[in-house]
Amino acid sequence: MIISLASGKGGTGKTTIAVNLALALALSTQVQLVDADVEEPNAHVFLSPVFSRTHEVNLLIPRIRKASCNLCGMCQRVCSFGAMAVLGDRALVLPELCHGCGGCSLLCPQQAIEEAPRLLGLVQQGKAHGLDFLMGTLKVGRALAPPIIERIKELVLPGMEVIVDCSPGSSCSMVSAVRGSDLCLLVVEPSPFGLHDLDLAYRVTRKLGLSAGLIINRQEMKYSPLEEYAEEKGLPILARFPYDRQMATLSAQGRLPYLDLPPWREKFTLLAQRLLQMKEEVRERGRRPW
Amino acid sequence: MVKTIAVVSGKGGTGKTSLTASFAALAAKDVVLADCDVDAANLFLLARPTAQESHPFYGGQIPVRQAERCTGCGACRDACRFQALEEDLSWDSFSCEGCGVCRWVCPQGAISMEKELSGQWHLSETAYGTMVHARLEPGRANSGKLVTRVRQAAGELALEERVSTLLVDGPPGMGCPVIASVTGVTGALVVTEPTRAALHDLTRILDLLRQLGVKAALVINRWDVHEDNCRAAEKLSRDRGTPVLGRIPYHRDFPRAMSRGLPVVEHNQGTLYRNIRDVWLRVQEYF
Repeated sequence: MIISLASGKGGTGKTTIAVNLALALALSTQVQLVDADVEEPNAHVFLSPVFSRTHEVNLLIPRIRKASCNLCGMCQRVCSFGAMAVLGDRALVLPELCHGCGGCSLLCPQQAIEEAPRLLGLVQQGKAHGLDFLMGTLKVGRALAPPIIERIKELVLPGMEVIVDCSPGSSCSMVSAVRGSDLCLLVVEPSPFGLHDLDLAYRVTRKLGLSAGLIINRQEMKYSPLEEYAEEKGLPILARFPYDRQMATLSAQGRLPYLDLPPWREKFTLLAQRLLQMKEEVRERGRRPW
Repeated sequence: MVKTIAVVSGKGGTGKTSLTASFAALAAKDVVLADCDVDAANLFLLARPTAQESHPFYGGQIPVRQAERCTGCGACRDACRFQALEEDLSWDSFSCEGCGVCRWVCPQGAISMEKELSGQWHLSETAYGTMVHARLEPGRANSGKLVTRVRQAAGELALEERVSTLLVDGPPGMGCPVIASVTGVTGALVVTEPTRAALHDLTRILDLLRQLGVKAALVINRWDVHEDNCRAAEKLSRDRGTPVLGRIPYHRDFPRAMSRGLPVVEHNQGTLYRNIRDVWLRVQEYF
């Protein structure tokens, strides 16, 4: 079973929950923790994995052979991303805008465009606390996260429970990361911002036909609009975690409440058990909503 | 260009929007706001907007096939680099990047590219000034393009209204919408929190800003959650030549104000108010 964690809003506790949940699950079964928040990966901060393999993820970026280029401008016409600029006396590539579609190179009438790999980021494989660990990191300054996320997904080991920590937001990076998972856990804080953004993330799961469940995090009091929303959408509340200053301090230090705070060990163990019990149900439902 | 300050963070949830709203309130109408977190725009929840103008956003293109012309040769699928064409040659709208290569390679000319409506952007009057904000359809790509549109509209407005500052509420992360939010700004205020995760992300966002040649400064929110990490963040920042403009404590008035739909400086008139006001004054002075 592949479980993704998403939220819409940033900072709701996805990574903290992902890493502690993975440890709890690992009591019963083999687990792989996948950090697909490639812009700001943080799972490794908590787990300190030992890495065994690194894969480079490249984008094929055009390079113009000036000698063969007659400035016809076809590449600029073909490019949907504004990455080719044919000015008076030269043709330029703007690599930051390129999506690597290959169109310019394919269609250049002079065959003056070749492609060369440009490093987009890395995917690292390793182990931590008995978990298999996979993480992607976008190179600083690069704009496109999804190709790295797709590469990560190719490297997910079959036959294990997989926890995928995703980025906040509701656009292509988040979609890439949650797509292909069996269940998406939406981590929400009981607040107006939290609820607003939860709806955006939830809509993505609906569009993808992905089963979803809610984890309410840092709750001090029930927030009725959120409770009503969950009820209205038929979103099961799979865990309700209280605001806990001790937990916050420990997590701030990059330490693991699952290991150091017995009440939290229990909470994560319960959630893990619940998810394992749901496994058959999730599989059978496939891509249908709850 | 009017002085443009982008509020970014790297790590999500550090308090960018909360602080941007408070700065806006302190700016006493001498500001235009741009909510560039188009994936998850929250500034409107604190700014009490009355929507004035709405515009469609066409982010990219989608391929459309004329069935009568298609011979099923599969040239489109073979040329697609994004695995966006299924066995039966139907399109996977999530994988499709709208590059148009399929249209160019189709020997029958059976494919055309049509503009895709992928979001909306709005111009609203708020309690603190005019705001440009947007909503990307959930799951859509090209958020960077929509951010650029928002910034362009906000920039024009700021000149027209002759305000001193354009305040940009940025998205979390480091990818294309963040880059589009900070390109060409006067400066970026990085909002961080004293956690190990945020420290890791702080290095990355500061490196990005330096790479892009954007002047940066730091403020640490919820600083008292972990004093050692707070000091580590300050040291990290200063070692990179980025000044620290202040620290803001964890305070219950933040969630209280949010529940009331107000920036915290409208809810708290005491020490927290003065603290945030001092940070704002330093921000204005530094950039």
